[in-house]
Amino acid sequence: MAEYDVASETLVYERPDTLTEVSTHYCPGCTHGVAHRLIAEVLEEMGLKDKTIGVASVGCSVFSYNYFDFDFVQSPHGRAPAMATGIKRVLPDRTVFTYQGDGDMASIGMGEIVHAAARGENITVFFINNTNYGMTGGQMAPTTLPGQKTTSSPNGRDVESQGYPIRVAEMLSKLDGASYVVRRALNDPKNIRQAKKAIRTAFEVQQRGLGFSMIELLSICPTNWGMTPVAALQWLEEKMITYYPLGDYKVNPAVAEIKL
Amino acid sequence: MTREMMKGNEAVAEAAIRAGVTAYFGYPITPQTELLEYMAKRMPELGRAFVQAESELAAINMVYGAACTGQRIMSSSSSPGVSLMMEGVSYIAGTELPAVLIDVMRGGPGLGNIAPAQGDYNQIVHGGGHGEYHAIVLAPASIQESVDLTVMAFDLAEKYRSVVVVLTDGSIGQMMEPCELPPFKALKTEFPDWATTGADGRSKRILTSINLDPAAQEVTNFRLMRRWQEIQANEVRYKTYFMEDAKFAVTGFGSCGRLALSAVRAARAEGIPVGLIRPITISPFPTDLFEELSHKLEALLVVEMNNGQMLEDVLLATHDQIPVDFYGRMGGMVPFPDEVLDEIRRVAKGNLDTAGHPRDRWLQRMRAKNL
Repeated sequence: MAEYDVASETLVYERPDTLTEVSTHYCPGCTHGVAHRLIAEVLEEMGLKDKTIGVASVGCSVFSYNYFDFDFVQSPHGRAPAMATGIKRVLPDRTVFTYQGDGDMASIGMGEIVHAAARGENITVFFINNTNYGMTGGQMAPTTLPGQKTTSSPNGRDVESQGYPIRVAEMLSKLDGASYVVRRALNDPKNIRQAKKAIRTAFEVQQRGLGFSMIELLSICPTNWGMTPVAALQWLEEKMITYYPLGDYKVNPAVAEIKL
Repeated sequence: MTREMMKGNEAVAEAAIRAGVTAYFGYPITPQTELLEYMAKRMPELGRAFVQAESELAAINMVYGAACTGQRIMSSSSSPGVSLMMEGVSYIAGTELPAVLIDVMRGGPGLGNIAPAQGDYNQIVHGGGHGEYHAIVLAPASIQESVDLTVMAFDLAEKYRSVVVVLTDGSIGQMMEPCELPPFKALKTEFPDWATTGADGRSKRILTSINLDPAAQEVTNFRLMRRWQEIQANEVRYKTYFMEDAKFAVTGFGSCGRLALSAVRAARAEGIPVGLIRPITISPFPTDLFEELSHKLEALLVVEMNNGQMLEDVLLATHDQIPVDFYGRMGGMVPFPDEVLDEIRRVAKGNLDTAGHPRDRWLQRMRAKNL
C-alpha cells in the first residue's frame, strides 16, 4: 500500500459546524440533505449558529433537529409558523426559521403560513416541495401535479374531483407582509448555487428586520415517486419546473438593496 | 392596598401582567374577549408581546413556541375555542413546558351560547388532548380569587413545567367586583436550563414531544405521572364553609360553588346543619377530603352548571359510603339559589332514594320541572 501524505493535502470541503456528524434517515437520492447542508452553510457563514432556533415540522424532516447543531423545537403538523411566531416575539434578536414540507405547509398548515406572511412575521420559512406526502408513503399533496400518480390518487390526480395544485410562492407573494418570496430547485449545481444565494438573502432579510421570507425548494422523492434519483431529477426539471416556474416572486424594494 | 372595581376578564389580564407574563396570544371569542382586548392595549404599552392569532389553533401554538423560551406565556379563550386548542395543549404537556390558559366557559356543546356554564369540566380536568397528561386546573368563584389564582397559575406552571388552566365562566368573566391587585413582578431575565434560546456558549437543546421508541416514550410518561403524584400530594386546595357541625354538605366549584353558598346560608337560617365544600383545585381533586367526609356526613349534594361531571370525581372519592345526590342546570342556564335551597331541604329530610346513579335520579326529578 502506497504511503499517503496527509499533510500536503489541502482541505477544500468539510462539514459545516452547524451540522452534526451523524448519518441522516433520508432515503438515497433525497434532496433534504442538500437543503439541510445549504441552510447549515449559510448560518455558519453568517456566524448565526449560537443565535438560531429552528422549528421542525411533521413529515420526513420531523427529525431534522438531529442533523442541525443548534437549538431546535419540533412543531405539531402545520403549526411551525405559529411556533416560530411565538419564539420570535419573545426573542426578536434570534434567528428563527421553519423547515416544512408541502403536506405540512400547503395543506394542514395553510392557515398558519398565510397569516405569518400577512403579519410580516420576521421569520424565514423553508418550503420543501416534492409533490407528495413522503413520510406516510407518498400520498397526494396539495402540490401533486395534475395526472400525477400517488398512493391516494392511484389513477393520477384528477383535477375535476381532487382539485388543482397550489402554487404557494405565487400565492404568498400577493401578501403585503411578505418581503422575500422566491422559488428555487435542488436539481443541478447551478440551481443549487442559486438556492444557496436565496437562502443567504432570506436570512439577511431577517437580520435586517425586513419581515417574512420564504424559499420554496423544488425537491425530489425518488422512493415514493418510484424512480431512480437521476430519473427523479429529470422529472423535476421536465414536469415540476414547468408547473412551478423558478423565480423571485416578491422582493421588497428594501430587500433588493441587499448586496451579497 | 386599594381595591379597584374591575371586570373579571380584565382583572385576570391585569393579574397576569403583574405576575410577569412576557407574551400573550389569543383570539376573540365571547365571553372572553375583554381579556384579549385588555392585553392588546396593555402588553405593547409595557413593551411585551401581544399577537391576535388567526385562530385558537395558531394561538396555542404561538404559546407553545414562546413557552420553549422558558418565559411566562399565556392564552385565553372560551369553550369552543379551547376545544380547538386541545392539540396544542397535549403537545405542550408532552414537551413538559409551563403555560397558562384561561378558559371562560360558556354553554355548549357545539356553538351553544355565550351564557355561563361548566360543561368543560371533563375536557379540562380529565384530558381533552390526546395521550397521558394532566393539567392543573384552578376554579375561582370571585374576581379576587380570579386574580389570586391567575398569579398562582404562573407559579405552579413554572414549578412543575405544567399546563395550568384557570377555569372560569361567563358570569365570573363578565361581572364586576372590587379586587386587590398583586404587586408588579419584574419580567424574568434568566432562562431555565432547558429553554431553547440559541446555543450561545453551550451545546444545543431540542424541545420536542416525539419519541418513536415506545420504551423511551414510556419513560417520559412515567415521569409525567410521578410529577402528577407530587402535584396531587402538594397542591390540593379548597375552601369549606359552615362545616364544623355540618351533617350535610353541598359541593360545587367556581361560580356554582358561590351561588350554592347563598343557598347554604339560607338553609342555615332555617336551622339545617349544612355546610359547603368548594374545591379550588379541581385538578388535582380534593379526593382525600371527600373520602374523609364520607365517614362523617349523612349526605352530600353536588351542584354544577353541567350534567354532573365533577359528580363522578365525588363518587369515586366517597365510595358509596354516603348518599350522594346531584343537582345541575345545563346549556348556559344558571340555577337560582332557591333551586339549590329546595334540594338542600330535600336531602336534609333524609330517607333519600339512593337506587341507581345520582345523574339518573336527577334527570327523573327534573321531569317535574318539565325539563
